[in-house]
Amino acid sequence: MLVSVKWLNDYVNTQGLPPAELGEKITRAGIEVDAVIDRSEGLSNIVVGYVEACEKHPEADKLSICQVNVGETVDQIICGAPNIAAGQKVIVARPGARLPGGMKIKKAKLRGEESNGMICSLQELGIEGKLVPKAYAEGIYVLPENAEVGTDVITNFHLDDTVLELGLTPNRADAMSMLGVAYEVAAILEEEVKLPEITYTEAEEEASSMLTVNVDSPEANPLYVAKVVRNIEVKESPMWLQQRLMAAGVRPHNNVVDVTNYVLMEYGQPLHAFDYDLLETGNITVRNAKTDETITTLDGNERKLSLHNLVITNGEKPVALAGVMGGANSEVSKNTTTVVIESAYFNSASIRSTSKEHGLRSDASSRYEKGVDPNRVIPAAERAAQLLAELAGGEVLKGSVIFDELKREEKVVTVSPDFINSRLGMKIRFEDMLDILNRLQFKTEAMNNQLMISVPTRRQDIQIEEDIVEEIARLYGYDEIPSTLPEAATTPGGLSPYQLKRRVVRHYLEGAGLLQATTYSLTSEKSATHLALKPTDLTRLLMPMSEERSTLRQSLLPHLLESVSYNTARRTDSVALYETGSVFLKGQDELLNEEEHLAIAMTGLWLDNSWQDEKKAVDFFVMKGIVEGLAAKLGVELEFERGEMDGLHPGRTAFLTLEGRRIGVIGQLHPTEQKNRDLKTTIVLELSLAELFAEPTEELVYTQVPRYPSITRDVALVLSKIVEAGTVEKLIRSAGGKLLKDVRVFDLYEGDNLEAGKKSVAFSLTYFDPEKTLTDEEVTAVHENVVQTLVESGAELRS
Amino acid sequence: MEIQLNELKTQALEKIAAATDVKELNAVRVAYLGKKGPITDLLKGMGKLPAEDRPKMGALVNVVREEVTERLEERMEILEEQAINEKLQSETIDITLPGRPVRTGNAHPLTRVVEEIEDLFISMGYEVEEGPEVEKDYYNFEALNLPKGHPARDMQDTFYISEELLLRTHTSPVQARTMEAKGGEPIKIICPGKVYRRDSDDATHSHQFTQIEGLVIGEDIRMSDLKGTLSVFAKKMFGDDREIRLRPSFFPFTEPSVEMDISCFKCGGEGCNVCKKTGWIEILGAGMVHPNVLEMAGYDSKRLTGFAFGMGPERIAMLKYGIEDIRHFYTNDVRFLSQFERTEV
Ligand SMILES: [Zn+2]
Repeated sequence: MLVSVKWLNDYVNTQGLPPAELGEKITRAGIEVDAVIDRSEGLSNIVVGYVEACEKHPEADKLSICQVNVGETVDQIICGAPNIAAGQKVIVARPGARLPGGMKIKKAKLRGEESNGMICSLQELGIEGKLVPKAYAEGIYVLPENAEVGTDVITNFHLDDTVLELGLTPNRADAMSMLGVAYEVAAILEEEVKLPEITYTEAEEEASSMLTVNVDSPEANPLYVAKVVRNIEVKESPMWLQQRLMAAGVRPHNNVVDVTNYVLMEYGQPLHAFDYDLLETGNITVRNAKTDETITTLDGNERKLSLHNLVITNGEKPVALAGVMGGANSEVSKNTTTVVIESAYFNSASIRSTSKEHGLRSDASSRYEKGVDPNRVIPAAERAAQLLAELAGGEVLKGSVIFDELKREEKVVTVSPDFINSRLGMKIRFEDMLDILNRLQFKTEAMNNQLMISVPTRRQDIQIEEDIVEEIARLYGYDEIPSTLPEAATTPGGLSPYQLKRRVVRHYLEGAGLLQATTYSLTSEKSATHLALKPTDLTRLLMPMSEERSTLRQSLLPHLLESVSYNTARRTDSVALYETGSVFLKGQDELLNEEEHLAIAMTGLWLDNSWQDEKKAVDFFVMKGIVEGLAAKLGVELEFERGEMDGLHPGRTAFLTLEGRRIGVIGQLHPTEQKNRDLKTTIVLELSLAELFAEPTEELVYTQVPRYPSITRDVALVLSKIVEAGTVEKLIRSAGGKLLKDVRVFDLYEGDNLEAGKKSVAFSLTYFDPEKTLTDEEVTAVHENVVQTLVESGAELRS
Repeated sequence: MEIQLNELKTQALEKIAAATDVKELNAVRVAYLGKKGPITDLLKGMGKLPAEDRPKMGALVNVVREEVTERLEERMEILEEQAINEKLQSETIDITLPGRPVRTGNAHPLTRVVEEIEDLFISMGYEVEEGPEVEKDYYNFEALNLPKGHPARDMQDTFYISEELLLRTHTSPVQARTMEAKGGEPIKIICPGKVYRRDSDDATHSHQFTQIEGLVIGEDIRMSDLKGTLSVFAKKMFGDDREIRLRPSFFPFTEPSVEMDISCFKCGGEGCNVCKKTGWIEILGAGMVHPNVLEMAGYDSKRLTGFAFGMGPERIAMLKYGIEDIRHFYTNDVRFLSQFERTEV
């Protein structure tokens, strides 16, 4: 809502407050003023000029040489507007003038001809193009004939005004009108509201003699008021009206349409004007649309109507989409002589659904949707009649044609002062409460320590006691509320085990050198299941903004890899990112199965101490080490199982299993996938944290620090390449028995000195007895047994 | 023999003095005092002496031997020290060369902000509750006093999956779920999480962002308690000298509803580009839980009251660190992320 401060002063005295200060007061009381716009900002030295002569520039087709009387002198000004003509009163920016955006007008020569200033369009005065009347949208603005040459345009044409831009919340529909804002400002400044005085002379003839009104859908339209005004002259509105509309963000059209819009802005009550003759039938019937009915609305679109759309008809065909937009077939034009002014109360839900269905929002529908004041329907119609009589020379027929089944009782809210104070934690005096309610013009009776408050119909947001609490508090001042803390017993607070584990993972991974990333949950259909551990059916949005963000992800990796590519494309060659977040799987439930996952993606160098020449590229085993460390941190035993997945290197992929359940995957990206993403060797992991955290954590029990030394023996084996070290390790462990404490690979060799298809793996075995110091003989006995077993299984000892 | 002995001694002492390193000196030791050295030889040759001369001669040899040994040890000490010094000299490094970097990562700036807020409220006795990001219309809207067709639903453009299922537009459904689960009992929770709105991504809008909300329900919870709680939060988060102010606002699930501004932490209230010259910065929305919301979750709104507040970690991070574009949070540029390594404690 845009509020002209000058216009506002028609209804309430703003005490001459500077607009910014007025705006601040309004904001602090509850309606946020988003901007304070000085309409004349940056404008100076702009006067009314009279174009005495105008001829084509000899050197340029599109330019005209004008002799313009600006009061003291007649100046030559070159003008490029197509609609410039001799005999016009125009807006002249004289040399030295300033225009918005810091533009300064200077004497100049245009194609050899002197130009002493500029003839201006409204856009050049800082008015938005979409608000400039259509006739002047492509050229200069032409002032009325009675404009006085040489006078200041800014003051004479109401540009010396400030507009407050209100950011209205949906509850404050009452402030979608100048009068509504006036009531609010009056309450804040403790002033009176002056309503417009409505007086005009009625014709002898009754409106009902020319027009009949039927309402077939009284639930959707409980009140319909029509007035008939004849012998009008459709023309441009006076400057003050045009400027007020433009200040309010409405484009002027002609005096009839402008009057309906003016009253809409003034009262918040949407009006519509029909050309009486184009109605043809002298009848208005409000009903629901029929199947296959259509209407061409004023914006030129033909709309197919549905049964629950409320339409205004002439008894036969639709002439307006009720409360949303008029029809082209009954539009007021230059030729119109008689108009029907409609002022109605439409049910907000009906308008809301129609407006939504047709994707059509207008100043009218946005007010109906939120509910208009039932007590302003008739006054608004009268006000429009008065203005049409004044501005269009119209003759208002006697009375109105009315259908009225609307209940307009005031809501009564009963609340006790104690309730108000206990909710606020304050001690506001009873008299102060009464004073505030009085300022709001809420009729209040006090009885038995209860306030019985009649809420005016303009404030439909006030329904319950808590609403009164807010009204009192906001006008008393929120600064007056003390600061306390809840008095209830203190509670321990804290994180759940799951949440704590999530932090453990975070700290571990960051300690390991990974950066935490966050990516979008919405992705394309194509990548939604890519690299997913447990792909399910897709979950698509009903109305996505783009295909890129149309489907919920089932794997974190595609977006995380996009982030890696983003970085490598910007010359960060080594990237190690992790992300924790939900993947969205279809399940049995109505809700999706949201499972929290961890994903890691790494490329480039893992170690890089350049001057010491220590470099280590990331590989499968770096990732495996990270996962193993994580499992150790959480006290779970993960198993690695060779596997294959689309997008991963078939020889370098392993699934992670926990208690037999597959909960994750690690692997190197498939060369093709890497190429598509413009990546070098990249290793990835995805793991279900939900599954990982589901395992209860065992209590940590201390084992005594060994009192006896352990003994280490090595064994180097030559194996077939297809034999996995893990298999051999299991064999060693089972053969080693109780005394074998630890086995680890300490060397791998696959080179020239070996037979083709063979590799050499060396293990280091640690023997230990917690009870005593092992003797060489004891160890040798066990170790021999291990070696024996290995040899029997086909391993060759390497000499 | 005595003359021979003295000559030997003089020779040995000269050689000891002339030795320039440990190795040379050790050679002298072997040459004179070793098993095959001349002094040993002399001792061996004593058998040929008359018996009465032997003790005297023996004593004389021992004196020489002791003196040579002593001088040798002295010299050895000097040479060893000299050797150590030389070694140390040769081992000197350029301590200005860079150290071996300890590779560490760090949390995403949003995690950093969320955890800071979580920890603050945990210290005040709050628990952390989370909920699904794909939510039922009921919990996202209806249970929060936003029935179907309510005009305030326009405030939040929603990604629907079906008529009844949507991407949550705020974390408030977690509050609704918690209230339903608690069955009328007091509550003190904070709810962080991802939320989604049908917005085009640009420097200040993101279709996905994070929220963190708080909810307290109990007997006699007053608006002053809300103000006090938010004041503690503002001071902890933005500095001890922060002041707060409440402005009336509207949210369907609270009544009264407020927006909280803090005094600008950059200019202290004088007006600057961060606070758009107002001296105040809008931080969060809050209010007293609407009685309809309490009743829908099975609470007796006459007996228990509550307050709720909600804020956007993106906005807080942007204000706090001066981040100019919300899309940075989701692009994961390493040059952006790694700036949030340093602690501020
Ligand atoms: Zn500031």
